[in-house]
Amino acid sequence: MKQPKKTTPDLTFAAALDYAPSPETFPVTLKKRYELFIDGRFVAPKTGKYFASVNPATGKRHTLIAEAGKADLDAAVKSAHRAFEKTWGPMAPAERGKYLYRIARLLQEKARELAVLETMDGGKPIRESRDFDLPLVAAHFFHHAGWADKLEYAFPGRKPTPIGVAAQVIPWNFPLLMAAWKIAPALACGNTVVLKPAETTSVTALHLAEIFQEAGLPPGVVNLVTGPGETGAALVAHPGIDKVAFTGSTEVGKRIAAAVAGTKKRLTLELGGKAANLVFADAPLDEAVEGVINGIYFNQGHVCCAGSRLLVEESIHDEFVARLGRRLRTLRVGDPLDKNTDVGAINSKEQLGRITTLIGSGIEEGAELHESSCALPGEGYWCRPCFFTGVTPAHRIAREEIFGPVLGVMTFRTPSEAVQKANDTCYGLSAGIWTDKGSRIFKIASQLKAGVIWANTYNQFDPASPFGGYKESGFGREGGRQGLAAYVKLG
Amino acid sequence: MNFSLQHPVPPVDQVGAEARAAFFTKRSLKNDAKRAGLRLAVSMMDLTTLEGADTKGKVSQLCRKARQPMPARYQCPPCGAVCVYPNLVAHAVKELAGSGIPVASVATGFPSGQYPLELRLADTRHAVGEGAAEIDMVISRGAFLEGDFVRVFDEIAAVKEACGGALLKVIFETGELQTYDHVRFVSQLAIEAGADFIKTSTGKVAPAATLAVTLVMVEAVRDYFLATGRRIGVKPAGGIRTAKEALHYLVMVKETAGDDWLTPERFRFGASSLLLDVEMQIARMEEGRYQSAESFAKG
Repeated sequence: MKQPKKTTPDLTFAAALDYAPSPETFPVTLKKRYELFIDGRFVAPKTGKYFASVNPATGKRHTLIAEAGKADLDAAVKSAHRAFEKTWGPMAPAERGKYLYRIARLLQEKARELAVLETMDGGKPIRESRDFDLPLVAAHFFHHAGWADKLEYAFPGRKPTPIGVAAQVIPWNFPLLMAAWKIAPALACGNTVVLKPAETTSVTALHLAEIFQEAGLPPGVVNLVTGPGETGAALVAHPGIDKVAFTGSTEVGKRIAAAVAGTKKRLTLELGGKAANLVFADAPLDEAVEGVINGIYFNQGHVCCAGSRLLVEESIHDEFVARLGRRLRTLRVGDPLDKNTDVGAINSKEQLGRITTLIGSGIEEGAELHESSCALPGEGYWCRPCFFTGVTPAHRIAREEIFGPVLGVMTFRTPSEAVQKANDTCYGLSAGIWTDKGSRIFKIASQLKAGVIWANTYNQFDPASPFGGYKESGFGREGGRQGLAAYVKLG
Repeated sequence: MNFSLQHPVPPVDQVGAEARAAFFTKRSLKNDAKRAGLRLAVSMMDLTTLEGADTKGKVSQLCRKARQPMPARYQCPPCGAVCVYPNLVAHAVKELAGSGIPVASVATGFPSGQYPLELRLADTRHAVGEGAAEIDMVISRGAFLEGDFVRVFDEIAAVKEACGGALLKVIFETGELQTYDHVRFVSQLAIEAGADFIKTSTGKVAPAATLAVTLVMVEAVRDYFLATGRRIGVKPAGGIRTAKEALHYLVMVKETAGDDWLTPERFRFGASSLLLDVEMQIARMEEGRYQSAESFAKG
């Protein structure tokens, strides 16, 4: 007998109480062009060359950035070396701390302006740059300001001394925050810095340089050299460098490791990730859904510790996927400067191309795509937040870091299978565990090969908490006492 | 205790639920969205007076306010209901005649519920007999905390029967139950026992309604709807005093249960002082400037 067709109840998220546009109106002006910051001054590059910086939400050029050449790098390294020898290195640690406190306070004062610039230059939602990036940027300077004169307590029984000139190369996903993660501990430990921002997101680092000037930081303590990847490679290879710190892709990290092998340079790497979020059947479901959503769609998925693999207990797979699908429909994608935007623009045309290729591979390899049906703006670089079901550990989308708003859903039957699948990756940066059972959290966490593990939450950061990876996610830690170790010699 | 519900009750993580609730307060409602939200909030308001000192005069004043909260030029809708003690139901019914605004009565030994069931049912029947279209009952929190869920369930079912055709709102007094796990569980229990609305608080205990506790209740009615197709309403009550807070609740409802709950049939605010602030905001939106609180008639 034919059963009458049952209609499944569903929610509607349509027009009721539609939010009107709510753009952030704080006035900022981008400069026509940005120079290099060497020896405490903004200087034109000796190359005479400038490259375009694009607002990813419009796809249009919004400023020009100086391209540093070899002569510029020489000048920057020389200045950093001089500052290390003459001013910053010999300075009393408590005095160094005062500069860092001053920088932190200035960052708080200018937080709104910097948040807007970060969003314009990188495409991330203003809500995130305002509520996440900028508060953490200031927090990193405050935290390390406190360490400056207490380093001997961080390494009991040892005598910590600075290393020298640090070359720091940072990525485009959290431009200012990554600059803070690198510069604050280096300076607190008495080192000087030559930092290269990512090619697509140099603007806020150069505004940070203005803060250094305003804080009266002695010339040469921090130098900023902008340019493409080759500039970073040349900086890392520069013979005047004592320490290299890199955050970025595993591919580039491997090249850097090869480049510094056999030199005196110390190295820390914070590279890619393919984190697993493990959801057990007894998990707090609504909060787990939020954690998974936040884990993958935060910052358009441009997050090295993004929870890009969802491992859900098979018995709740369908239920959980239905919840995820409903939640996906309420994500607001669009103008990053609108205060109600949840997912902003993809950082660059190149990155959008990589993400699109990997989504294509997921479809080709037979996984099922679930996409947000949201409308996308006509210009700029955009990707609908999405997830794949029917993913197996052999799929490309389960193995390669996508660095975009794309989640792969897989299942497990038992805790041991959950651990085995979570560890089945060349990466090991982070992981999430969702369960109502406290004892299980500790047992599973001890078996996961990942540097940061969150339980019943995701993407929590604090300058006091060390961050870093296992396996091909890199080595060395940033933040906390452990993070200081990368910037001191221990006598 | 041999007690089980038909539908599963997932655990709630306190930190996660509160973080999610805080997220909704970051939403920014401007212009038309704010105009619509403020008026919707008025239409969802159970304008309430629950004091020993309540008189017919006080109730008349409140009813007049509920019929037309603001001068006609503001196009402000009437309130969702007027909520009073049983003794004043008949008077409120008379005052609201022809307005279409229902009278809600607290009953079942409000606010403690610490009375024999027979008296609580008689209280309910009396209020319905006086003309109350909605009954706001309180659960036996003592029985719930003792683990006597059967009693709590049976009492709700009995009150529902005593309501006849009246709408039943079940008050949990979440401030006394304390944990979100309790709230999620009692939500499911009340729904299965026959509640038409689930309501946070009496307004007599602090904390009363919070955004997080109301979120957990909205998640419960959402999941029940998805499982059964039946839509239950939610009413946060007590402690919501500003238009801004009311809009946070509406944002939460919109993004959690969706459009079908953005109506007075499924979402209400139990409040006495909220209306004044909403009126001030509506007037500001229309006039472009704030007026003093004295410019608005008190309820």
